[in-house]
Amino acid sequence: MEYKLTFKEYNKALKQDKLLGLKCNDCGMYTCPPMMVCHHCAGTNLEIVEMAGTGKIVSFTTSYIGSEGREGELPITIVMVELDEGPWIFGNLIDIDHRTITMDLIGKKVKLGHKVFPGDKYSAGDAARPVFSFA
Amino acid sequence: MRKVVVLGGGHSKFCFNSPKTSVEMLSEVAMDAIIESNLTPKDIQAINVGNVLGDFSEGQGMVQSFFANDIGCFNVPANRFEAACASGSIAIRDAFIWVASGYYDIVLVGGVERATAMGTPLATRTFAMYGDSRYEYPAGFTFPAAFALLAHLYSDKYKIPLPRLKKMMAAVSVQSHEYGMLNPNAQIQKLLTKADVLNSFMVTTPIQLHDACPFSDGAAAIVLASEDAAKKLTDKPVYIKGIGQASSGKLSSQYRYLPRLRARELAAEQAYKMAGLTPRDIDVCELHDCFSIAALIAAEGLGFFEYGTAGEAWERGETRLGGKIPINMSGGLKSKGHPVAATGLSQAYELTRQLRGQMADQGRQVDGAKYALQDTLGGDGVLVSIIYANQ
Repeated sequence: MEYKLTFKEYNKALKQDKLLGLKCNDCGMYTCPPMMVCHHCAGTNLEIVEMAGTGKIVSFTTSYIGSEGREGELPITIVMVELDEGPWIFGNLIDIDHRTITMDLIGKKVKLGHKVFPGDKYSAGDAARPVFSFA
Repeated sequence: MRKVVVLGGGHSKFCFNSPKTSVEMLSEVAMDAIIESNLTPKDIQAINVGNVLGDFSEGQGMVQSFFANDIGCFNVPANRFEAACASGSIAIRDAFIWVASGYYDIVLVGGVERATAMGTPLATRTFAMYGDSRYEYPAGFTFPAAFALLAHLYSDKYKIPLPRLKKMMAAVSVQSHEYGMLNPNAQIQKLLTKADVLNSFMVTTPIQLHDACPFSDGAAAIVLASEDAAKKLTDKPVYIKGIGQASSGKLSSQYRYLPRLRARELAAEQAYKMAGLTPRDIDVCELHDCFSIAALIAAEGLGFFEYGTAGEAWERGETRLGGKIPINMSGGLKSKGHPVAATGLSQAYELTRQLRGQMADQGRQVDGAKYALQDTLGGDGVLVSIIYANQ
């Protein structure tokens, strides 16, 4: 059985600021990032949909340490965003001075853009990730 | 299903920059475990080894067969188990199943890691491989960041103002270092104050240096035997009474439960049910405090405290020797150290000694302990619970 939506297709779309996900035709729920089955009912009757790309911040952290080869990105603010369709997704937050961030960030509305992680020798190629700014 | 006994154990000093190779570290603790079990290497029928990063840290894969040969377990079947930080614990669980099933009578289980040889930047990179590489690593995912996200979620969900939560988290680290002082195998034997924790380097908000366990080198091993085989070898049997294991997907996919980790709750439920016990029956616990916030989440998920209240319990001393549930009398990952795949074996070593009453000399014996619970978390996905009993 093949994936309805592979990483390759997801990545290609995200590089154009389009966030692709899956809608389950059985239970009506959304899965994003993609999986082989519906995250909710494990069904396989899925269709590819473009997510709205908007949501609210549910948690955050600003990292002052990072992995080998990514030191130049520090400090980096990582957010978990609850998309309007329900799923949570990892991304970065721009448009804010990290020194001013407080718990008030939780609940703030954001909209999606992207940035490409060019990859390193362990990553089998590049990968776009969501980069959020305030909506 | 047969009853399974933990016989002897071996435990290296956990440290930075071990002068020994992984094979050497593992061989030494394995031989100690075999000797303490009143056995010889010829008696070992099978070997399970947890090892995560031998390839990155030493260019050494398949450590299990090289070390088996080194200790004279010639041609004995040896398997490597990998589930990030829970590697050692899944190796124990599978060994239990093999002995309980009747296929083998005596199985050696070990765990080893030499993470500090990589240096911090590569170690951080390789540890992050146990998060989702395609959908989370590109955003800068690291394990400190994952637990930092959980800390802010915890503060928000349970309505504990962040400065208050930070003090509770500091209480976890302070306690761990206090008991680590009493453990000769601990990596960082130094008392900490709350101020030390709260003034330490900010790693990733709100996690500071002293909210985090160190990178470590070390090894530990135990021998498992069927009850019949054990009768001839020990008069102080410690039984494995319950086991549980569960998996989960990438951190964001667990959103319906976070900051709770559903896989832990399922694993613990399995272990309690199998042992016929409840959290109230447990006398001593070693849990996976890779970060201070992780200890709070773990203690709640294992059923010792209501959700959102573990921090107060630590502050009230309920997790200390003599408290409601003594937790991490070894110093935990924070002070004892965390040589990834050795951690599950270290927890087992500690708890079996607690149940045999052998920790009095070190001043950290839980008097009259009958039941012990081990909790190990691998990545953001694999959770293992093991319950031990001395009757």
